[in-house]
Amino acid sequence: MWLPSYTTPSERLMRTLVLAFAVAVLLFLIAPLFIIVPLSFSKDPFFTLPVREYSLRWYADFFGNTRWMNAIFNSAVVAVMTTVLATTLGTLAALGISRADFPARRLIMALLIAPMIVPIVIVAVGSYLFFGQFGLTNTRIGLVLAHTALATPFVVITVTATLSTYDTNLTRAALSLGASPSSAFFHVTLPNIMPGVVSGAIFAFAISFDEVVVALFMTAAEQRTLPVQMFSGIRDQINPTIMAAATLLLALSIILFTILALMTRRRVK
Amino acid sequence: MNFSQRMSLATDRPVDALVRFEDVKKSYDGINFVVKDLNLDVFRGEFLTMLGPSGSGKTTTLMMLGGFEQPTLGHILLDGKPVERLPPEKRNIGFVFQNYALFPHMTVAENVAFPLRYRGITGAAAKEKVRQALGRVSLEALGDRRPAQLSGGQQQRVALARSLVFEPALVLMDEPLGALDKQLRERMQIEIKQLQTSLGITMVYVTHDQSEALTMSDRIAVFHDGRIQQLSDPETLYNAPANRFVASFIGENNSLPCTLLGWEGGLAVVRMADGTTLKAAGANVSGMGVDMSISIRPENISLAGQRPHAGFNRFSGMARDVFFLGDHMRLSIEAFGGQLVTARIPALQARHFALGTDVAFECSISECRLLEE
Repeated sequence: MWLPSYTTPSERLMRTLVLAFAVAVLLFLIAPLFIIVPLSFSKDPFFTLPVREYSLRWYADFFGNTRWMNAIFNSAVVAVMTTVLATTLGTLAALGISRADFPARRLIMALLIAPMIVPIVIVAVGSYLFFGQFGLTNTRIGLVLAHTALATPFVVITVTATLSTYDTNLTRAALSLGASPSSAFFHVTLPNIMPGVVSGAIFAFAISFDEVVVALFMTAAEQRTLPVQMFSGIRDQINPTIMAAATLLLALSIILFTILALMTRRRVK
Repeated sequence: MNFSQRMSLATDRPVDALVRFEDVKKSYDGINFVVKDLNLDVFRGEFLTMLGPSGSGKTTTLMMLGGFEQPTLGHILLDGKPVERLPPEKRNIGFVFQNYALFPHMTVAENVAFPLRYRGITGAAAKEKVRQALGRVSLEALGDRRPAQLSGGQQQRVALARSLVFEPALVLMDEPLGALDKQLRERMQIEIKQLQTSLGITMVYVTHDQSEALTMSDRIAVFHDGRIQQLSDPETLYNAPANRFVASFIGENNSLPCTLLGWEGGLAVVRMADGTTLKAAGANVSGMGVDMSISIRPENISLAGQRPHAGFNRFSGMARDVFFLGDHMRLSIEAFGGQLVTARIPALQARHFALGTDVAFECSISECRLLEE
């Protein structure tokens, strides 16, 4: 295929095996797709593969059910608020610690990305106990704050990465031409680090929208998000509507990360 | 206008200095000083170059003037007013950066219009100014392009237009031609100089390229180790370097150790390492001593005739290597007991001798300069 003519048979065999292994890994990673997506379109009320008859009844059920609609609304509100907060805070933090003269930048960076490393259950229990004292459990704002802590590290990382290739002389040039520090930021720095800010925002949105553990701890029935609704759905009565919800969630993730990939490709060009 | 003349005529420091550095010191870590006791006046309408190797303090000095760094001690006066605490956006100084720093998300015209919006100039008035500024650098046709679509030389011109469009009295340039190839660099040197003269702006220019400094400047400040080693017009700098550093940094120079024996009719009499005595001009030298050197430029050494000339030093040496360089030959001569001396000799003259034999050379006494450390 792509092998030069002087390749020996054993090298060809090696190459084929490596290729087969890589394909197997990729298939394993996307295997759930092949089960969940067909099942969501099945007409049967129980999980059988292969699908005997296709229908959209579980999607109709999903969109006709107030509990699911309420959950999707909650998820959207929490995710949007988390995205706005995490993107703002994360961008500001990245700007600060990217300055060469910022004191203790390594330590502060480590603290900022700690929520990524700490086990999620610990974050959930910790937030539950801590927020309880302020009456923030079972409130939407409490969940937004907890999700913001989880999502901010991703913004810090993507924006810091973009800033490492940003030429600080652009900011200096803007200042020398008469721009105030804030207008230099909005008119020169921000447009040039936008790709990092947008990918950080996409990560933040995806994390909040998919997150289930913290949401389980922090929400009551009224604030239930989509992943929480799915989780309790699985426990109570197993029903293919969950498959429809999962497929929709998957579609959203695929759309978000396609946007991300397209943006990265444009930047490389 | 001749600035060196104005300097020498003035009894005190002239009052029309646009920029004045007063005992400026700068340290980043509180231990090592990058700039030490800087005192410098930049006159109105002058093209002043700060020349020096990297780490000599020239760029730090420029950044302090631009407002991007604060002096640790001392004052910087702009138009007579101290500006150390004034942020860059309030200084009204044009700045051209080494890598141009054009805004990649804006067109050329938007880049040039950028400083105008902070000065309340918008609409048709701004358009007209942008057109004029781009015209000055012959880029009228490229206003709609993005910086990335321009060549290095064109980007340099846009940066120049952007720094001039708001008519600042002072423009600072940090090695603006460093990234360009030799031919383009030489053309841009002339263009920048012409713009500066025709607009009557004051320019402070930083470079490590001595030929660039000699071509463009009214005065050159040679920086080394955080201090100005010499401040003078290009000709004086080249012909009468103040010390060994300046002599070796500006142009090519033979620096030969010697001992000062005494003075004879205003000229120094020195003994070279092998005992040869030479005469040398030594206007800047005060005491006596052993740790001295004479500096001779390669182009001032020539093949000696049969009889000695008055006013010339004569010495013998053995030609070790000859390199043909078109209009001249470059000789490596072993003289004064094993020292290598470089000479530039017109190609025609160089025919008359053979490698490895002793040959007589001569050099005008006024071109042999005695320098202290």
